[in-house]
Amino acid sequence: MSTPLIQLSGVKKSFGPVDVLKGVDLKVYPGRVTALVGDNGAGKSTLIKGLAGVQWYDEGRVKFEGEEVSLTTPRISSALGIEVVYQDLALCENLDIVQNMFLGREELQQFTLDESAMEFAAAKALQSLSVRTVKSVRQKVSSLSGGQRQTVAIARSVLRDAKVVILDEPTAALGVAQTEQVLNLVRRLADKGIAVIMISHNLQDVFQVADDIAVLYLGSMVAQLETKKTNHNEIIGYITGLKTQKEKA
Amino acid sequence: MSDNITINTGHEGTALDQIKAYGSRLKSGEMGALPAIGALILLMILFSALSPYFLTPINFANLFTQAATLMMLSAALVFVIMLGEIDLSAGVTAGTGMAIFVKLHLDGTPWLLAFGLAFLFALVVGWFLGYFVAKVGVPSFVISLALYLALPGVMLIILGDGGILRLEVPEIKAIMNTNLPLWGGWAMLGITIGLTLAMGLWDRSRRTKANLPTRPLSILGIKVAGIAVLGGAGVAVLNLPRSLVITNPIQGVPTVIPIALFILFVGTFMLDRTKFGRYMYAVGGNPEAARRAGIKVAKIRITAFMICSVLAMISGVFNVSRIGNVESSAGRAIVLSGVAAAVVGGVSLFGGRGRLVHAAIGAFVIAIIDNGLGLLGMPAGIAYIITGAVLTVAATADALARKRSGGPLVRN
Repeated sequence: MSTPLIQLSGVKKSFGPVDVLKGVDLKVYPGRVTALVGDNGAGKSTLIKGLAGVQWYDEGRVKFEGEEVSLTTPRISSALGIEVVYQDLALCENLDIVQNMFLGREELQQFTLDESAMEFAAAKALQSLSVRTVKSVRQKVSSLSGGQRQTVAIARSVLRDAKVVILDEPTAALGVAQTEQVLNLVRRLADKGIAVIMISHNLQDVFQVADDIAVLYLGSMVAQLETKKTNHNEIIGYITGLKTQKEKA
Repeated sequence: MSDNITINTGHEGTALDQIKAYGSRLKSGEMGALPAIGALILLMILFSALSPYFLTPINFANLFTQAATLMMLSAALVFVIMLGEIDLSAGVTAGTGMAIFVKLHLDGTPWLLAFGLAFLFALVVGWFLGYFVAKVGVPSFVISLALYLALPGVMLIILGDGGILRLEVPEIKAIMNTNLPLWGGWAMLGITIGLTLAMGLWDRSRRTKANLPTRPLSILGIKVAGIAVLGGAGVAVLNLPRSLVITNPIQGVPTVIPIALFILFVGTFMLDRTKFGRYMYAVGGNPEAARRAGIKVAKIRITAFMICSVLAMISGVFNVSRIGNVESSAGRAIVLSGVAAAVVGGVSLFGGRGRLVHAAIGAFVIAIIDNGLGLLGMPAGIAYIITGAVLTVAATADALARKRSGGPLVRN
């Protein structure tokens, strides 16, 4: 395999007396979907927040494209091309798709908003992900379904030229058909050469879309396996702590 | 991949398709100012049927001058209501500012300097409110209520024992008491039409250049024709002689109209076409999403309160120009009518939705109720009751529209 886009080694984080991350290693590769699984309290969110720059790690090294970086603010992460799509999506329902996709980084022409340029780029980004479910890019987000909203949030990261997209439970609140749509989208995201990290509780989704599966158990990375070399039972074993043998990649 | 986009943008189709799309937006609850426009037309028909004085040129002109103060205050409030906030002190801020202005002028300060100081006062008050709301975290209702209680006291101290001071600045009196020359009204209409046309064509050319579909030209044509017909009728009526005394002819568009139009235009331009405007809507819609998108939410909030205070001060100027003096109760009663006007016009108190023109239309609805019932010789009490009823209907429509479009019924 090529060099990892992100490599975490020995990452630790504690809140007072509670050690949430106890020396985590993780490798994430471009063009691959890495599923991050683990029970509640395993440290998935803390691990992600560190990558997003929202909350930095106490110890450990983060290498991005082989270079050591320190992710201390969201701005730094964002500048490197790390985008997080949170579970609550953080979209403004009163704005339309284009306005949401460009929120905070609007394109301007002589002090006024360059609506045509933004509309074009937004439509392009959606098209590049083969999104066909939205009626118009000028639809208000309030009129979109859950899956469509997820699509908009993911497309926003594509628009920002993300190299890594972190998805926090992208299918949590979706029905069967919409889950399928979003999983297809996740696949296409990786096919564009983006490294995707997907947090999920749904192993069916994980096995359908992920290339690698990383399992956290009580703040330790107990396994990082290729999906095709493992199975449901093994992963469940790692998640529940029945299997604890650490696998070297 | 080709350079063409295949996803729709809402600009496709014939004029008929566009009108159909507009209809389906209305059905889905995005009604904007339409209910208020309907109410406006209904009230106009009702009052012209009931009173022979309602449709006279003099009453038409009076309506504009009566509505101007409320309209400007309501437009001011839109900036904070849009964020889901409120400024109960907007009226008394304006009153206090005008008291400062009139008092300083009477004490010998050049009027322009005194005028500028009043607006400086507005900026300070707006910043104060915004700071407490955005940084300290006091609810805007409470902090603006505090000013609502305190500022009349400041006014009382400034105005002295009499509690009232006369305005002696002819330039300010002129706003409400003079009219444009006859050609001025037509020039105003011409500029309005020219600007609408120019901006429409400019947007079109940008879209064409970007390889995007454009709406049929006829849509722009309908818009411009609408402005030309309605505006033309308005200017024509206002240009008719309307004085009741033959020796003192009054005719022409009241000076306040182009001033108010200009301010509305600048405000609307800012909200629709600048980053600041986009961020206003974003913060009003979902402050957390705005924050995560890198928007400085506190800064936007503070700026909104400052704009609100400044526009409120302009409404104060209109008021003092009309009545010719400042008293210590100035601005206390009108602020709630201002909120009512905004809501009647279709601005959502839940935040995130509203335009300045909505406030203007809402203000006209309330002004017409006042004016029409006055002409019919109804007691003032009836006007209050009806205004309250209209507000109830408007607020209900807002809540139902939100329910239908799936938005939260409770502010988050």
